[in-house]
Amino acid sequence: MSTAVVTGIGVAAPNGLGTGHYWAATLGAHSGIRPVSRFDASGYPARLAGEVPGFVAQEHLPSRLLPQTDHLTRLTLYAARAALDDAGINPGDLAEYEMGVVTASSAGGFEFGQRELQNLWSKGSRYVSAYQSFAWFYAVNTGQISIRHGMRGPSGVLVSDQAGGLDAVAQARRQIRRGSGLIVSGAVDGSICPWGWVAQLASGRLSDSDDPRRAYLPFDADARGHVPGEGGAILIVEDAEVASRRRARVYGELAGYAATFDPRPDTGREPGLRRAIELALADAGARPAEVDVVFADAAAVPELDRQEAAAITAVFGPSGVPVTAPKTMTGRLYSGAAPLDLAAALLCMRDGLIPPTTNVTPDPGYRLDLVTGEPRPAQVRTALVLARGEGGFNSAVVLRHAI
Amino acid sequence: MADTVLSFDDLKRALRDAAGDSEEIDLDGDVYDVEFTALGYDSLALLETAAVISREYRITLSDDVVGSVRTPHEFLDAINEAAVNEAAVNDGVR
Amino acid sequence: MRRRVAITGMGVIAPGGVGAKEFWTLLTEGRTATRRISFFDPSPFRSQVAAEVDFDPVAAGLTPAEVARMDRAAQFAVVATREAVADSGIELSERDPARVGVTVGTAVGATMGLEREYRTVSDDGQRYLVDHERAVPHLYQYLVPSSFAVDVAHAVGAEGPATVVSTGCTSGLDSVGYAVELIRERSADIMIAGSTDAPISPITLACFDAIKATTPRNDDAEHASRPFDISRDGFVLGEGAAMFVLEDLDHARRRDAHIYAEIAGFGSRCNAFHMTGLRPDGREMAEAIRVALAEAGLAGDDVDYINAHGSGTKQNDRHETAAFKRSLGGNAYRCPVSSIKSMVGHSLGAIGSIEIAASALAIEHDVVPPTANLHRPDPECDLDYVPLTARPWRTDTVLTVGSGFGGFQSAMVLTRPGRS
Repeated sequence: MSTAVVTGIGVAAPNGLGTGHYWAATLGAHSGIRPVSRFDASGYPARLAGEVPGFVAQEHLPSRLLPQTDHLTRLTLYAARAALDDAGINPGDLAEYEMGVVTASSAGGFEFGQRELQNLWSKGSRYVSAYQSFAWFYAVNTGQISIRHGMRGPSGVLVSDQAGGLDAVAQARRQIRRGSGLIVSGAVDGSICPWGWVAQLASGRLSDSDDPRRAYLPFDADARGHVPGEGGAILIVEDAEVASRRRARVYGELAGYAATFDPRPDTGREPGLRRAIELALADAGARPAEVDVVFADAAAVPELDRQEAAAITAVFGPSGVPVTAPKTMTGRLYSGAAPLDLAAALLCMRDGLIPPTTNVTPDPGYRLDLVTGEPRPAQVRTALVLARGEGGFNSAVVLRHAI
Repeated sequence: MADTVLSFDDLKRALRDAAGDSEEIDLDGDVYDVEFTALGYDSLALLETAAVISREYRITLSDDVVGSVRTPHEFLDAINEAAVNEAAVNDGVR
Repeated sequence: MRRRVAITGMGVIAPGGVGAKEFWTLLTEGRTATRRISFFDPSPFRSQVAAEVDFDPVAAGLTPAEVARMDRAAQFAVVATREAVADSGIELSERDPARVGVTVGTAVGATMGLEREYRTVSDDGQRYLVDHERAVPHLYQYLVPSSFAVDVAHAVGAEGPATVVSTGCTSGLDSVGYAVELIRERSADIMIAGSTDAPISPITLACFDAIKATTPRNDDAEHASRPFDISRDGFVLGEGAAMFVLEDLDHARRRDAHIYAEIAGFGSRCNAFHMTGLRPDGREMAEAIRVALAEAGLAGDDVDYINAHGSGTKQNDRHETAAFKRSLGGNAYRCPVSSIKSMVGHSLGAIGSIEIAASALAIEHDVVPPTANLHRPDPECDLDYVPLTARPWRTDTVLTVGSGFGGFQSAMVLTRPGRS
């Protein structure tokens, strides 16, 4: 069975546009969480967000694509190009059916959708854009990447809330194993518009704090929900042999994956996260002791933090493995969060520095070795990335250092 | 062309609004008879442009107009013809 | 040894019939379920026709609380799931829930619920800063269509891998294709897989109006869906769901299950051409077909029936006719091809699974459903499209295909169980 490796990373994150900016900010504990700027959020119970700074779409995309794309699709296309460039790939040089695209989404291009709903209901059906037929839907980013880069191989779109980002990358690995040479994967996500904001508020999981340093505090006794953000990462997943033949730089291997679903809440049984971790480790052929760092889902909802900490300690023992949540600097990016964590984990392996969880004073009751304050030097050869989606989705990916 | 409702500049503005600027050829150059495909505008771009024009100028373009016009010249003729017909109908009603 | 995957239960909610039996009766009688839209006044729209499901969720077994909480598409998925599980005869409570997974396909998620709630919180579009105090508690579940997989997983008690697959109008094929892969790789032994969509809502009508993709044949709604006919002028929007119980073939045989069909091959490709347009030569769909047949270990000549995408747009029907010729060669002319969208419309992400159900039933009954409303074939569509009436036909192998916005092209091969 062929090995799937990551050879390119493209990042659009609230604390940095571009992999270099993101990683420098993350190691420097610089947060991208600020008051919402894209609309007037002052009248809502949640007013902070992680917005991608300094993105001028015209600088990155052809004019023809602007009227037909949501903000997220523009960020996605930016990140996809950046990832391909980072991997040293010119898609025109490769066989068209050998390249595919698998992305995740949570809610599609919701801002575009709000505008067209407003056009429809305030002005009439003739005011609805022809692009509404696809610009908002969940599949749009995969379609646009495939068109822009001439990728005609197997493609897909997975939606499992915040867990979807890992499911997409795992599907990319499947396609590599089935014979594709290269899959563009990951996700850039978020719904920062009034309509998306109100829908997110309904989840009851948003933090109502106005202090960017106190708003999103996973594993802290003061945890009070999360700050939503936008962004994520696009990764280039390649067959290891193909990558080696072209002497590509390899960030790491997608060594293991598993997804589980929680039992119905009324059963009172243990959530599925521990099982996802164990299955992913087994899939990677890795023992718990080999894992050098865990990137947590970090819901910052006390019950969910408790569940996650319990799963981690059940597998690794109390304080048995360094755990971190650099998403404390970006907010939760929905399906974009886990691909960004994969990027962070790969960069952490490269640089030997575990990025910190910021602002959090760990609640000792969780018995986690949470990396806080500043980066922790460590030789990281194996990393575990966790993601959970609302409703019961659990996904886990094991990354292994490139040899 | 006394009863021309839309000028070529109006059409170019509508195209840019609805579908973005041509990447291939400068719209401000000599493109009057250049095919839309060469300019990089697909059927969706033309549908959206037609929708913008029909809203702004209150004219109805028949379904097959967008499918049949190949150049800005033909598009402009079709729009202006529709506008003249519409005006005639409206006059009749009055 | 590579696992083989069987369909052992099915549940269908389609226009003209709730339940797989009613659905198959409609198809084999060649009746159409397209009509003037009744859910709201369609008169402001260019296309006023749809294939609606007469669906009473409470009569279908949902509690009033479930009805209040779930979008119509989620309701369809759960009801179809229950039918499929009952049909399979499998007692899921006796199975290890960790080995049962879920995939639900959808193209447009909770579109109806979202539009309804948007109107409330925005005062019919008058407010840009919509009012959070008027939002329903389950609005987040409408925002994220992954809630459909949650509802289905809860309905059956599944605790294995669960997700929503959303690849536009190929979601229904891709969701099942994904589930097949999970069984083969042993991530699950049983998959509850299928797809749902309930898109008949003003915003959907408006966006398809804008690109003139739907038919304006408003004065003849019953005959408005006309795949392959020279007079076709766009698709008819539909709604519905189909869900399946999929399991490892050996497992199904051991428990002596009724096996509708084996899912022998699946392939998907992207045209990388246009978000809504198709290249007339059909080469990417032909490639997806080639991959699906190769995975099934079959040749183009082995296909007995093609369940076409057949949406009834000018470009689609030519596109796939070309794809069939390109992939099946001479057999494209010999084997019957039909589009059930002529009867049940195009339910976007749901239709692929509904068509898998039709394909499995064609194998089960050795009957090919017809293409309704096909009186004068387009000269460029010159295959045997089984016009008007169903045809008794020995059907061991079916090819079913889908094509969708975003450029997705998918193909699946179903075979008679027992074939090795």
